Amino acid sequence: MELHVRLSKFIRLSVAAMLAAMLSFVATANARIVVDINRGHADPLPIAITNLAGKESDIVSGGSVSEYGKRIAQVVKADLTRSGLFRMVDTAAFIKSGNGQVSLLNPAFNNWKAIGAQALMNGSISVEEDGRLKVEFRLWDILGAHQMTGLRYFTSPKNWRRIAHLIADAIYKRLTGESGYFDTRIVYISESGPATHKIKRLAIMDQDGYNHVFLTNGKNLVLTPRFSPTAQEITYLSYFNDNPRVYLYNIDSGKQEILGDFPGMTFAPRFSPDGNKVIMSQAYKGNSDIYVMELSTRKITRLTKNTAIDTSPSYSPDSRYITFNSDRGGSQQIYVMEANGKNIKRISFGKGRYGTPVWSPRGDLIAFTRQYKGKFYIGVMRPDGSGERLLSESYLDEGPTWSPNGRVIMFFRQQPYDRKGHGGETQLWTVDLTGYNERQIITPLEASDPAWSPLIR
Amino acid sequence: MLEKIIGVKYWVLIGTALLLSACANTGAVKNTPTEPVAAQPKQEPVVAEPAEPVVAEPMMEDTGTQASLDAAASDSLVHFAYDRYDLSADARAKLKEQADWLQAHSDVRVTVEGHCDERGTREYNLALGDRRANSVKNYLVALGVDPARIRTISYGKERPLVTGTGEAVWAQNRRGYTRVN
Repeated sequence: MELHVRLSKFIRLSVAAMLAAMLSFVATANARIVVDINRGHADPLPIAITNLAGKESDIVSGGSVSEYGKRIAQVVKADLTRSGLFRMVDTAAFIKSGNGQVSLLNPAFNNWKAIGAQALMNGSISVEEDGRLKVEFRLWDILGAHQMTGLRYFTSPKNWRRIAHLIADAIYKRLTGESGYFDTRIVYISESGPATHKIKRLAIMDQDGYNHVFLTNGKNLVLTPRFSPTAQEITYLSYFNDNPRVYLYNIDSGKQEILGDFPGMTFAPRFSPDGNKVIMSQAYKGNSDIYVMELSTRKITRLTKNTAIDTSPSYSPDSRYITFNSDRGGSQQIYVMEANGKNIKRISFGKGRYGTPVWSPRGDLIAFTRQYKGKFYIGVMRPDGSGERLLSESYLDEGPTWSPNGRVIMFFRQQPYDRKGHGGETQLWTVDLTGYNERQIITPLEASDPAWSPLIR
Repeated sequence: MLEKIIGVKYWVLIGTALLLSACANTGAVKNTPTEPVAAQPKQEPVVAEPAEPVVAEPMMEDTGTQASLDAAASDSLVHFAYDRYDLSADARAKLKEQADWLQAHSDVRVTVEGHCDERGTREYNLALGDRRANSVKNYLVALGVDPARIRTISYGKERPLVTGTGEAVWAQNRRGYTRVN
């Protein structure tokens, strides 16, 4: 099973992942350990991640394979720790108590059990004749004393971080029963300079903030980037020539093109789940309505026709519905309509204003920004408006985006200014669907408008 | 006396030339390191030619400027209430000043910018800024200004006039600004 992954002009690799061939116990389906993803904050699973064993003497570009084995383990640990569902068991404690001889295929289950580990990842790393790294890992159930999964990857040394994320995804999936989200990227707006003249640039990075690249130079104001479902394209708003319009950016080629020939400002773009359409708003003569453009034919269809502000549209994952915000009822609220613009229904009825609805990739929830009594909240509700839960709160939280497995929400948070007008820093944050595990994503400069990619394939 | 007048005329010409070259240069990249210049070969002697007559005309002060509109019409600004785009009596009075100025400067085109405070979501504020810019434009048109002279643009909450927290700050940022093109 060979997967050829075309990522971008920055990253190209072919990952060959061989599953199960080297494993005999995979078919033992019912693992004894399961991470309950819905209450992950309460009992993070103790897991031991050992450095991948490799020779000090095998040198590839960037260091010895032994060094790469340590780096990969560090990134796996960081990914799993950030999820809030796992607690890292200190592997040094085990090595000291053991006899120094580590058997990869026959772990000393009792010793691991003694220091509290319920799961163990071990593995090896070596270099192929063509210079690629060969990375193998196995995940073990300590209490059940058997192997849960194992995979082998080949890639060039410079792509080692992706291998680490793929391993973390495989562990996450095996232990939670749901897809991971570590082998993903974030496109966002990097901000610098004073608030009155912010310089804003399109930027892209791995989900953990590494492999950061600026995509635009800051000359034009850019806002609200969103990924296509292949993560190869981005649609966003640019003030190129002082004319705010929706653009398409191809990550592979770096090519940018305007979408459509609208007389008024186009904004709030987002791809349809199949990637064939971009839905957006046009503001014309003081009225904003929602339009959809077929990318292959550039045919434009108007979906709403109302004197109110209709914007921030987002498709349901089955493409049958669109959620958006509108002030047609007197204040900004969330609505759901059929994809053809029919049967518009309001779904938000709490106090305050509701905006930026984004449909979960699982389809079961809509994330939103709520404003109430001087605070901003990120929350979720079901598509019929029931079951509202608020996940975060601050002076200004805005713009949720979903991890591809629908378990984590990223948003941006702006701090208030002090009396002298200083402050107002803006950064990216994540919060679990449980409302726990709030964490800041570190970026080189200030950051806003994050969009999470699908899993890279 | 005559020499003095001719001298003045030349200074006007030189000044105009400098101004033109300054304008032409504004798009150039600054801080470009100076390239070394090779020494010129020995110059040919310059042959003096008879001076051509120069005609100078008096120039009026250019009043179609942003500074002029700012002075005539309350800094070219009007303000809005939170999440509103209707014009208060105060805003209408200021737009009357703008309209009068625009009638007096019929060759000037303007861009009306619509701005919002930061207490709203980004995309909603882009739409709200568009409403505000169009409120201003529509009122100026109602007062007799040719709509073809007025462009609108929304900056949403992207370009606050002042930074800070609290209603006094946010009220200043909820604005329409008429920019001379």
